[in-house]
This record gives sequence, structure tokens and C-alpha cells, in this order.
Amino acid sequence: MATIWAFLIATAVFLYVCMDGFDLGVGILFPWIRGQEDRDVSVNTIAPVWDGNETWLVMGGAGLFAVFPLAYATIMPALYMPIILMLLALIFRGVSFEMRFRAATEGQRLGWDRAFSWGSYAATLCQGVALGAFVQGIEVEKRAYAGGWWDWLTPFSCLTAVALVVGYGLLGACWLVWKTEGELQDQARGLARRLGVLTLLLIALVSAIMPFLLPEFRERWFAFPAILAALPVPVLVVYLGWRMFKALGETDGHPWRDGLPFLCALGLFFLAYTGLGISMWPMIVPPELTIWDAAAPRDSQLFLLVGAAVLIPIILAYTGYVYWLFRGKVKPGAGYH
Amino acid sequence: MLWDALPDALLLARIQFAFTVTFHFLFPAFTIGLASYLAVLEGLWLWTGRAAYLDLFRYWLKVFAVNFAMGVVSGIVLSYQFGTNWSVFADRTGPVLGPLMGYEVLTAFFLEAGFLGVMLFGLGRVGKGLHFAATSLVAIGTLISGFWILSANSWMQTPAGYTIGPDGRFLPADWWEIVFNPSFPFRYLHTITGAYLTTAMIVGAVGAFHILRDRANERARIMFSMAMWMAATVAPAQAVFGDMQGLWALHYQPQKVAAMEGHWETQRGAPLILFGMPDMEREETRMRVEIPYLGSLILRHSLDGEIRGLKDFPPDQRPTNVPLVFWSFRIMVGIGCLMIALGTVSLWLRIRGRLYDTPWFQRWAVAMAPSGLIAVTFGWITTEAGRQPFTVYGLMRTAESVSPIAAPAVAASLAAFVIVYFCVFGAGMWYLFRLLGKPPLPHEEGPRDDQPIRTAGITPAPSAQRPSRQPEEVS
Repeated sequence: MATIWAFLIATAVFLYVCMDGFDLGVGILFPWIRGQEDRDVSVNTIAPVWDGNETWLVMGGAGLFAVFPLAYATIMPALYMPIILMLLALIFRGVSFEMRFRAATEGQRLGWDRAFSWGSYAATLCQGVALGAFVQGIEVEKRAYAGGWWDWLTPFSCLTAVALVVGYGLLGACWLVWKTEGELQDQARGLARRLGVLTLLLIALVSAIMPFLLPEFRERWFAFPAILAALPVPVLVVYLGWRMFKALGETDGHPWRDGLPFLCALGLFFLAYTGLGISMWPMIVPPELTIWDAAAPRDSQLFLLVGAAVLIPIILAYTGYVYWLFRGKVKPGAGYH
Repeated sequence: MLWDALPDALLLARIQFAFTVTFHFLFPAFTIGLASYLAVLEGLWLWTGRAAYLDLFRYWLKVFAVNFAMGVVSGIVLSYQFGTNWSVFADRTGPVLGPLMGYEVLTAFFLEAGFLGVMLFGLGRVGKGLHFAATSLVAIGTLISGFWILSANSWMQTPAGYTIGPDGRFLPADWWEIVFNPSFPFRYLHTITGAYLTTAMIVGAVGAFHILRDRANERARIMFSMAMWMAATVAPAQAVFGDMQGLWALHYQPQKVAAMEGHWETQRGAPLILFGMPDMEREETRMRVEIPYLGSLILRHSLDGEIRGLKDFPPDQRPTNVPLVFWSFRIMVGIGCLMIALGTVSLWLRIRGRLYDTPWFQRWAVAMAPSGLIAVTFGWITTEAGRQPFTVYGLMRTAESVSPIAAPAVAASLAAFVIVYFCVFGAGMWYLFRLLGKPPLPHEEGPRDDQPIRTAGITPAPSAQRPSRQPEEVS
């Protein structure tokens, strides 16, 4: 059952990365979206859904607390500063959605635009740092975090932070290609191309460093039978990258074409995430704790699993319904509530 | 070193939790009631077809959107704070409390967040029936959310249905007993009713404010009248729920009740201490103003019922801050009495047909605007400070719950929270006041109903010349 839960929580975190990824990405692109109207349109593409997107982050936290309490109790203190900073940044950007439409003057509005954008950057950087520090390993002794409070800051975690900003930027740009049209869409296309190149380079760089962080990772990737199972991942990355650039070059206006780069970008994220999963499995707090070490008792896991089995499909169904409801291009001048 | 001057990490972590949770709860306390109020308004509009209800719905929807966003982002902080600052607590209670919070996310947060988008933006997209369903689902989501989080909180007050493992972890034995632990049902009723009253006080104050400016404003009159009905009926009921919760607490947490009452000695026929200064060093309540026998009458429902005093318990089992518990309780009860008075006077004025034409009464209602928020806050302080020195009552101490985080890190994050909360939520309050300062007008702009989208902006100008507006024309 710990395996099922590890899979479920990994899925929740991945859904979070995808969904909040593109809406944080829109914030990351804000400095390049100049016109007031284009900014409004960009925000309106995500306004009805951002709240639901962020709920997956809460799900990840609560799920970890419920099912792997020991992992929750060691990861959170280890990543204390990046997580607190991320929460603060999310506060700024979360309220900006409402505030920028309520602003009384242009100056205030610009202020909230900045809060939205900087908040998105800060939250993403923190998530990236947290990811890097987490992958590098967390010191655990006697069921508690045993490291210092600056341990999370390393060259590798800085690299993953930058990589995540670029990656979310790419998701945001592809999302805008899908959901907007005209000049804004052209602009997003250009941004997506540049960010796409950078994303692929950074994926390659992080992947190249990963095996040298922990001996466990090295064994996973370079031992003989395992390498066969792991090999398709980099191959698919190259294919999806190529397909994305091809789709970004085609501008014949077919609605499905506009959505394709976004799907490819999501695919890239999925592959990078899978690669991470291959490295980590079955560790939940590398290198000390496996999912079985950190698991809550069977009763706790089962109690929540029964609910999750019923509720997650329902949640996915109505989340899908809401996305479908707000399908199509968002046009300028469309009023806020 | 400067750092040596800091309080210890435990105290800082406690201050941080108290600060973030108190700040956070202000928003749900208002949102829970407002979501239900919006559902009622939209339902009334669909039922009667009266445009004023739709205008009021839209007027409050804007307020709801701002408030909800602030509630969400300040709430995310809390779901991570158990791990960052209270990791030992998280490790030991996770098997019991984790699933409750997991259910809160699965049954409530997704529901609210998912349908909030439809509620705010979807009136033109989904049709009225479905939009009403979305509004109702958001309202139900807020109630479900309260259900799980109060169940978790109540379990910390009155733990049940658990066993303790060899490694000190709390292990679930009976989920029914865990979820419906002894103090949960009345705590839930008391909190939800408190949230409804909080909303009623704010809605009533805004209505009164606009009646004072323009007595003929029909929408202001409607909201004022609805809020006063709420005060007249629910405030007395709240006193009953509060009394019942007090009886449960007397059974399970006698120390807390002794602190609330300011009793140090165990006695029969105990008085009710109205005011006084609990002195923890001298172990007595000085300068008492008291009513004989009333304490026993309220708590034991008999004149010579025995009430245990604080001295009956070892000092390390007593609440750590008796004056705080004592005074917070009095503030909550005092405000509750004011609400009951407001509701009673409103009934009397209503019978005499002067509900909207009594300026002193409207001014009183305006002054009551923050009363619900204050009462809810101090109610929580009473119950949480009264739970100290434990996190899980009688079983796990606060001092052994805290994360191994150095004091400077906790101090730095606390400072950051204080600064950010005051800036961001201060700005939020400012915008709320701006929204509420405008009178509710006919044809309030509201959820987007201009589908296909026009380019002219957001005000539905064409309908301004029409004498009245039927619901059919809106969507």
C-alpha cells in the first residue's frame, strides 16, 4: 500500500507542477509582456483555474503528512527557509489576482503586477532550490532532521532553481500560445522557442550531474539491465523537444496546433519527472529513508485510500469540467467579475 | 551575540503559529458565512426573480473573491507549518491527524477551488441553475472544510480512538471515535454558528452604513433586515451551544474551565466571577466582582454543584497563561451578549415598524461590524491557550512537539510573516473597505455575463435605461 500511496503523492505533486507550473510561468513571463491589455488577457487565462491548481500543493503537503509523516517531519525542517519563502511568495501572487483588478490607480496596478511577477519568480526559485536540495539528500538521525539550516543552499540547488524558472516559463509561454491570439500569441511563440532551447539544455545539464550526487543514483542509471529500462527517457525527451519546435513553427491557425506545444512541454516535464522517479525509487527522503521507513501505519493509509479512490476521480472529473468550461481563446476586453 | 537575546525557539514557534493561525482564521470566519449567504441570495433571486437579490449577490461576490483569495493563501501556510515548525508533533500524530487533513483537501478544498472559478466567472457560461449549483457547492465546501479541521482540532483537545505505539506515535484504533471525538460536535456547531454571526454582523453593519446615507436604498434595507433576523435568532442559539461546549469541557478539561472561570479553590456553590485579576504567583483571583452560586448553577446546573479549582491540579498540568484564558473568555462572552441585545432590539424595532429609521440603532449596528471577528478570535484563544501546556491534551506536551530548528531561523521567518501579512492583508482590507464603502446599486457588475465577450468594458451599460430587469435578461 505504501507503493500505491507513493505513486498517488507523486502524481499529486506532478499535477501541481504541471498546473501551477503554467500559471507561475505566466507570472514569470510578465516582465516581457508589456501592454496593459496583454497582461490582463494573460492573467484572465489563468484566473478561473489558479486556485484549483494550487490546491494540488496542499494535497501534496497533507498527503505526505497523512501517509508518510516521517518524510513530512524531516523534509519540512530541512527545507525550512525555501518553503517559508515559497509560501510568502505564493501569498503575494495569490492576492495579486484579485488586487490588480481592484487597484484604484495605475501606480497601484503596476505594484500588484510586480507583486504577481516577483511572487511567481520567488515561489518558483524556492521550489527549484527545494527540489535540488531534496535530491541531494537530507541528513536524518533518530527520526528527525539533523542538518543545519543553510544546508539547502548548494550550487546544484541553485542550478535546479534556475532550471525550474526556465521550465515554468516555457509552460507559461506554451499555455499562452494555446489560449491567446494575435500579437500576444506571436510574442509567446517567440518566448517559447527561446525558453524551449534553454529548458532542453538545462534538462541535459541536470541529468548529467544527477548520477554523481549519490552512489544510489549512479547504480540506478549505469547498471546493465536497468539502463535498458531507463534509456527511452532521454530518447523521448529529444523527440518531444523536436516536435515542440516544429509545432511552434506552424502557424496555420488550426486550434489543435496551438495546443500542441503545450502538450509537448508537459510531456517534457513528465519525462524529467519520470527520470527523477527512476533515480529516487524507493527512497522518499534520500538517502536515508525509503517509503516503507516513512510510512504511516496501515490503518491510516487504508482509511485515506478508501476516500482517495472515490474522490480523486471525482475531483479530476470536475476539474476537467471547469477547464472545459473555460476552453477556447481568451479575448481582450473580457471583463473580470 | 545578538541571537542570544532572542527568546527560545519553542516560544518563537508558538508565537509564529498563533500569529499565522489567528490571522488566517479571520478570513474563513467571514468566508464560511458569506458563502452560505451568497447561496441564499442567489437562491432567492432564482425563486422570486427579484433583481435586488441578484444585485446583492454580485455586490457581496466581489467581497467574497478578495476575502477567499486571502483565506486560501494564508491557509496554505498552515498546511506546511506542522512540518516546518512542529515536526515532532507531525511525526507522532501524523497517523491520526494526517488522514483528517487529507480528507479536508479531498472533500473540501478541491470542491471550493474548483467551483470558485465557475462562481466568479461562469454566470454567462453555464446557465443559472448550474451556476447556483456551483455557488452552493462552494458554500458546502466551506462547511465540509470546517468539519475536518475542527475534528482534527477537537481530537487534540479530547483525544479518542487511538493507541500509543512503542515508538511514542499515536496510532489509529477506531476512526469513528477519532473523527467524532467527544468535544467535536458542539465545537463544530459553535464555530460554524460563530462564523454565521460574524458574517451577519459585517453584512448588517454595511447595510446600516448605507441606510444611514440613503434610507431609501432598497438593497441596503434587504441586507440589513436579513442580518438582523440572523442576530435575533442565531445569537441566542449560540449562547446555548456555547454552554453545552462548556459542559463538555468541564468533563474533559476541568483545568481549562477553572482557568476560564478564575477559580483556584475547589468549592461547592461556587460564585460566577464576572471580573477579576487572576494572579498566577499568589494562586488567587484578586479584585473579584462575583455573583454567588451562579458559577455552580451555570456549570453544574445546580446551586451547590462542585467546581474544581486550579489548585486541584499539579502546576505542570495547568494552563500556562491563566489571565489570557480568563480574559479572552470574557471578551467572547461579552460580545455574544451585545449581539443578543442587538438582535432583541431589532425585533422590537421591527414590530414597531422603525427598523430602518432609527439612526442610533444603525450606528450601533455599524459599530458591531468587527464584533464577530473579535469574538471568534478570542473564543479560539480561550480554547487553545486553555489547552496548554499540551498539544495533544494530557498526552503530548507543546515543548516536546517542536522542530529542531534554531531560534534565529524561526525568528527570521516570524518577522517575515509579520511584515508580509500586515502589508498584503492590510492592502486587502483597504480594498475591502473601498468595495464596501460603495452603496449596493441596481445592476451591480458581477460575474461575467457578457458571453460572447464584448470589447466595451465591464459595465453592462445597455440595461441602465430599463425600468426593471428580469432574470431572463441577465444571462
